[in-house]
Amino acid sequence: MFRNLAHLKKYFIRYKTKLVLGIIFILGSNLANVYIPINVMQSIDSFSKQLDIQVIVNLVILLLIAATISNVFRFFIRQTIIVVSREIEFDLRQDFWTHIQKLPLRFFQNNSTGNIMSHATNDIAAVRMYVGPAVMYTIDNGIKFILTFAVMISLSPILTLYALLPLPLLSFVVYFVMKKMHVKYTRIQEKISDLTTKAQESFSGIRVIKSYEREDHEIKEYTKESAEYLNRKMDQVKLQAMFMPVFFMIAGLSAIIVVLTGGNMVINKTLSIGVIVAFMLFLVDLIWPMISFGWVANMIQQADASMKRLLKIFNEPYEISNEDTDYSMQEIKGDIEFKNVSFRYSENLPWILKNLNFKIKHGQTIAFVGHTGVGKTSLINLLPRLYDVTEGQVKIDGHDVRKIPLEVLRKNIGLVPQEAFLFSDTLEKNILYGLETENQSLVDKVSGISQLSKDVDSFPLGYQTILGERGITLSGGQKQRSTLARALAVDPKILILDDSFSAVDTNTEEEILKKLKDFMNDRTSIIISHRISTVKDSDKIFVIDQGEIVEEGNHEELVAKGGIYSDLNTKQLLEKELLEMN
Amino acid sequence: MAEAQKDDEILGKAYDAKLMRRLLQYVKPYKKYVIIAILMNILVAALGPVRPYLTKIAFDENIKNGDFHGLLIICGILLASLILQAAIQYFLTYYTELMGQKIVYDLRVQIFSHVQKLALRYFDKTPVGRTVTRVTNDVDSLNEMFSSGIVSVFSDIFVIVWIFIFMFAMAWDLSLVTLAVMPVLIYATFLFRKKVREIYRDVRLHLARLNSYMQERVTGMNVVQIFSKEKDEFQKFTAINNDNKVVNIKSIFYYAVFFPAVEMLSVISIALIIWYGGGEVIQSRLTVGVLIAFFQYTEMFWRPVRDLSEKYNILQTAMASSERIFKLLDDETIIKNPDKPAQLPAVLGEIEFKDVWFAYNPEDYVLRNVSFSISPGETIAIVGATGAGKTSIINILTRFYDIAKGSITLDGIDIRNLDMRDLRRYISIVLQDVFLFSGTIKSNINLGNEKITDEQIIEAAKTVGAHKFISQLPNGYEEIVKEKGATLSVGQKQLISFARALAYNPQILILDEATSSVDTETEQLIQHAIEKLLVGRTSIVIAHRLSTIQNADKILVMHKGELKEIGTHQELLAKRGIYYRLYQLQYKDQEIRQSIA
Repeated sequence: MFRNLAHLKKYFIRYKTKLVLGIIFILGSNLANVYIPINVMQSIDSFSKQLDIQVIVNLVILLLIAATISNVFRFFIRQTIIVVSREIEFDLRQDFWTHIQKLPLRFFQNNSTGNIMSHATNDIAAVRMYVGPAVMYTIDNGIKFILTFAVMISLSPILTLYALLPLPLLSFVVYFVMKKMHVKYTRIQEKISDLTTKAQESFSGIRVIKSYEREDHEIKEYTKESAEYLNRKMDQVKLQAMFMPVFFMIAGLSAIIVVLTGGNMVINKTLSIGVIVAFMLFLVDLIWPMISFGWVANMIQQADASMKRLLKIFNEPYEISNEDTDYSMQEIKGDIEFKNVSFRYSENLPWILKNLNFKIKHGQTIAFVGHTGVGKTSLINLLPRLYDVTEGQVKIDGHDVRKIPLEVLRKNIGLVPQEAFLFSDTLEKNILYGLETENQSLVDKVSGISQLSKDVDSFPLGYQTILGERGITLSGGQKQRSTLARALAVDPKILILDDSFSAVDTNTEEEILKKLKDFMNDRTSIIISHRISTVKDSDKIFVIDQGEIVEEGNHEELVAKGGIYSDLNTKQLLEKELLEMN
Repeated sequence: MAEAQKDDEILGKAYDAKLMRRLLQYVKPYKKYVIIAILMNILVAALGPVRPYLTKIAFDENIKNGDFHGLLIICGILLASLILQAAIQYFLTYYTELMGQKIVYDLRVQIFSHVQKLALRYFDKTPVGRTVTRVTNDVDSLNEMFSSGIVSVFSDIFVIVWIFIFMFAMAWDLSLVTLAVMPVLIYATFLFRKKVREIYRDVRLHLARLNSYMQERVTGMNVVQIFSKEKDEFQKFTAINNDNKVVNIKSIFYYAVFFPAVEMLSVISIALIIWYGGGEVIQSRLTVGVLIAFFQYTEMFWRPVRDLSEKYNILQTAMASSERIFKLLDDETIIKNPDKPAQLPAVLGEIEFKDVWFAYNPEDYVLRNVSFSISPGETIAIVGATGAGKTSIINILTRFYDIAKGSITLDGIDIRNLDMRDLRRYISIVLQDVFLFSGTIKSNINLGNEKITDEQIIEAAKTVGAHKFISQLPNGYEEIVKEKGATLSVGQKQLISFARALAYNPQILILDEATSSVDTETEQLIQHAIEKLLVGRTSIVIAHRLSTIQNADKILVMHKGELKEIGTHQELLAKRGIYYRLYQLQYKDQEIRQSIA
């Protein structure tokens, strides 16, 4: 039935000692607990026998001992079973993260961050609820029910029958109400989502609403939705409000039946008063298992659905395999070759790159130019194997990149991605991200090249400034220069700049390019840019259009050619001219 | 932004008299509910505690004396009280929830209406999600306070009072002995709540840390992978995950101690009753029935105590939420409507900008000293590079923002003296990014305005050339628009927004042409539609199409916030100034394409 949850077996086995102990504690606690009503019964019945007060004192001491044992065990039940649930949650999350880290870029592009996070939080939490509370209550209530029932029968089978008569009704009501509630709950959730969507839409579309003077209409619509929500909510409350009263009523009914039938038996001298009192206490113990039955069933269902979603992620393939890796390769020089490279994101999507062929010698600076969406980023993603080619080969130093150990490959490539992403950590930690050690002189050096030093000097905490949510927000240009510094810090043999200066002003860019020249002396650089000023000094420029190389040559050659590149050049000169006009 | 974020972390005191007083204003319309609820609570509170007392009578008088008939009567009364209690409890729960929901409904609508009236400046500085939270989560936590907070406090207190009354009436000395554990129970409960609150602060903190760590790494996974940092990151993750586990296990400890402790206290009570009461029974100073009744009271006492201890959290959250809500309701970022608006008998559509200065942020002017006039029926095109101030011109003309200096007049009247509703009724805007609402194609054209007939909608769609594709949809004009029109093409969405503007038949039309490229066929459709749109009304177009500027009566050239050149296409080209360069940069290609086509 819950075959998804069966996958948790290996985790349960890992903590079997604690779990078995937990079950023993449950058994012990319930054994001691079931004695308490018996003890009270003995006391009550002893009163009528006009005994020595010492007998009662002895019974009271026994009562306290039993209660102590039961509750000490109860403490240990939580300390074992619930603790194990946290351990398993931890393990599950560890496994989840190990897996996530190995998934290819494709996975992260197909699944939103919010979606992945919901698996990591909600689904794992739901599974934990199953592993902990659900398991604990199921075992605890099961044992409690059997023990109490057995003792009750032994005291008075007939009274047991009468007393428990209403309880199945209780289970039924819980089950029935829960089932109905689920339907109503879904209807409410729908409306909540409608309300949220409506608010979201009205606030984001506020310009249109104001333009057409539709505020009152929106308010009317929202009021209507709110009223509908109120109706659905109250419809659910109508049922939900029944829950507690009915449950107390049924439990109370049991107690009354015990008093009535038990009382009658006492009158007929077939029962002692003590038994009635014991039964009243047993009933208090039995009500909770009856109610929790429906609750736990619900919890298990949710956990199973969550586990199913988690398993889907666990079954995502890694794609980038290490099968053909030749571990003898530990160095990279930086010669690059694309041989008949074609690429598309999936079989039913159009080709992004079509049969590309080119060679880059180490030490060269190469640029790719072209409109947005022509495949430039896809092309460079193939080098550090963020994606693998669909057809053809990408070679570095004559070896297919798929044969080079992934770590060696990536350690030697410094990629500055289009979107400057920095972690919420200190600036220094971000710059040294690719390294294991602290190295102030290196930080100074790469910050100098990327023209970051001047900005950092103006920060009170310098390189120790914390970035992101809890710290300062860098400007777009500062972010890009920081990611450049980060890439330079790993001392890459191949440096890839993917439109990395889009937010950097042209003067600063010029400075950076000048300084980079020395640094890149014996390294291979690949630059992607929309700006002619960024690429004009490259050894070779490729113009990409529709996934193909349509022009190649150096700046002068391409300008002379009068194609896409020269057109772009003219326009950017004009733009510059316009900008300088007053 | 940082300040706004602090808003969401407000978690102050559980009771703030000023906030409470303001909150109670919302309860006022439902005073009747509150009074009835409290009265019913007092009544129902007695029904629980009366039963142990009745049980005592059953044992001491009926069972002891062998009076089965009397026992039957007592059990009948017990049953009646049980049913009555359940019934009252049911209605009480229902009505307090209804009251809470109605208050929340009022608040929700009030907040939403308020936000609708706020000026664009508010939306510029506030992320949509934050405002949405106010009408969802914050309002919900107030609901919890209203429906399960205020009223049930009375219920809890009265249950305790009734238990006291019955216990002391039966045996005051046994009551004192039994209640000896109560201070411990109350202390333990409130201590537990306090501890749990503290530990939960840690739990939340660690969970937030874990989540933001994961969130960030998931977003930047390509960086992690490119730098081959999987191992290091995994170590960091393990540490954070472990901290989270440790603090959670610590919280288990409190639960593991508390619940058995309460259980233990209840058994101690029973032990005390048997020990003291037993002695009294033997000496015939007390009856067994009293003991049995007292057993039941020890069980009964614990629930109201626990409920009361939970109220603190509910109040604290509600106070924090109400503070945020009131802050939003007090936000007065609105464009003021004139007290006595001027009336325009018939709108001609003559517009004049006179020495207009405008800034989104004080002193940071995006428009400087802009003056121009448009005669009724004229079409003017505004051109300029990105950031030249084109959009700002249309923003201030519709009073999305007010200008800093100068004046804007419509038919000779300052727009600040016109009723904003009128002003916006005269002017329709077609924005560059088409915003479609969820609903149908039809509701996206008339935007819910019932005065626009179906014929007018179809007419408008026909005029802009949208009718053809709309009628090909499975449900025609009733076709549902999903996820901001994800199933429609860019061109189709634009045509719908054109139809929208046309259906409102404004005297003045503002069009912010989209730059996104569309195929030739759609381009022709759009060009044709724009021509139809501009006919017979004053029009201002932020132009990206050569055809539009060529057809314009006048072209305004914006440059760095200033109006630099005015004239027709030919005049401006001859000038060889800014327009000349803009033309070569943005429009010349279109001319080539036009001549080829």
